[in-house]
Amino acid sequence: MKPHPWLATLLFCCALPVQADGLPASRQQELTRFVRQECGFCHGLRLTGGLGSSLTAKALKGKPAEALIATILYGRTGSAMPGWAPYLSEADTRWIVDELLKGFPE
Amino acid sequence: MTSRKLLLTLLACAALALPALVAHANDLRGTGDLGLIVERAKGSIQLIDTTRRTLLQRVEGLGDTSHASAVFSRDARYAYIFGRDGGLTKVDLLTGTIVKRVIQSGNSIGGAISQDGRYIAAANYVPGGVKLFDAETLEQVADIPAYSEEIKGLSRVVGLEDSFDNRFAFSLFDAGEIWLMELGNDPKHPKITKYPHIGNQPYDALITGDGRWYVAGLYGEDGMAVLDMWHPERGVKRVLPEYGKGEQKLPVYKMPHLETWAASGNLVFIPGVGHHEVVLVDLSTWRVVGRIPVAGQPVFVMSDPTGRRLWVNFAFPDYDTVQVIDVESRSVIHTMKPGKAVLHMEFTPRGEQVWLSVRDANRVDIYDTSNFSKIGELPANSPSGIFFSARAHRFGL
Repeated sequence: MKPHPWLATLLFCCALPVQADGLPASRQQELTRFVRQECGFCHGLRLTGGLGSSLTAKALKGKPAEALIATILYGRTGSAMPGWAPYLSEADTRWIVDELLKGFPE
Repeated sequence: MTSRKLLLTLLACAALALPALVAHANDLRGTGDLGLIVERAKGSIQLIDTTRRTLLQRVEGLGDTSHASAVFSRDARYAYIFGRDGGLTKVDLLTGTIVKRVIQSGNSIGGAISQDGRYIAAANYVPGGVKLFDAETLEQVADIPAYSEEIKGLSRVVGLEDSFDNRFAFSLFDAGEIWLMELGNDPKHPKITKYPHIGNQPYDALITGDGRWYVAGLYGEDGMAVLDMWHPERGVKRVLPEYGKGEQKLPVYKMPHLETWAASGNLVFIPGVGHHEVVLVDLSTWRVVGRIPVAGQPVFVMSDPTGRRLWVNFAFPDYDTVQVIDVESRSVIHTMKPGKAVLHMEFTPRGEQVWLSVRDANRVDIYDTSNFSKIGELPANSPSGIFFSARAHRFGL
């Protein structure tokens, strides 16, 4: 039996290593884990906040992406938030912020 | 009957009786060598036996267990686990079952048990405050909102520690206050003494093993805040002005823990915040008397029960490393790399073993403390906190 054309398309898309926004899928996976685990120490594994603020889509609603990117890269003076620039590129950070604003993947 | 026949008959009787005896002995067991491992991503814990060095069983359904911590009932049979989602779960270590579970707040960070073992206190971020529960039933006994005039609102509560005379001390992160809570004869209405302006952003606290000194670390400024539980009327003192000072602080990728502080003789050893060092403090003068350079920013500085050695783990990005410090010579005598993300360490009650959780390897490693050799490993899903039942009999863990 011949597979449906849409199935072939779907399989082809899933197999693509690079997603539309430029970060390889493997890096996206790393970053997902990074945010859940490392940021999760202060912000909670579910990002619902702790000593760090809540990072759910609801909590971040209306916050400009550029400001969030700057906070992640350079930290926030007067708070415990450190700058992560030694470990995250600007592209990494932009992807993280985009995902946070949409509701971060599991 | 010959003596030989008599012997055989006796042996036969013994053999018949034996299975029953064995079954009986297996049914009964103590809890002094039991404990639990938090699986931070799965909402579960693993019950463990430190004598046989085995996993006993997984207990699931504990909600959000990231940063979960545990205290134990005074008979060391039950563990009370505080979850990030505000869940408080009472688990029976012998049967491996959840006895009771309540969602007591929206966001919690830890708790403590009263000296008499009758009350559990939970420290909450949301809504900021402390709640007191009956240890038997987990019914709420009292609710103490951490309302501060300073911030005209509720503050997140950190560093909740138990002490003698059924008292607790805790710190208000957002308000910069320490509160003393005395259950006295009326636990439904605990007496609260408030100490405002103790410093900027107290982030965690420790209480010494005798229950006397409550010490809060300050994130927002240098120094620490100390309350003498023998003389609470003397108020909170600021000590260690030289703690945290010096060269430019490094970014702190994970807040150090003070709770499982290390002491040896008159010295306490605390993590240097934002520095690659362990700081030595003389308890009699509250002065910094030394600094030991280490491999990263310490998270836990834990003394083995003999007080002879300290085991230190580190914050990101050095969290693959563990170092051992010899107290007498004040030097690092062993460095090892168990793997990425050593999150916690726990000693057996008399310190012959130390258990380490290695998060990303999904493994708990067991080391012989006498020669640092690895003597076992157990699988666990993203393990974080390890808590042994011997904590039941100590203040402030």
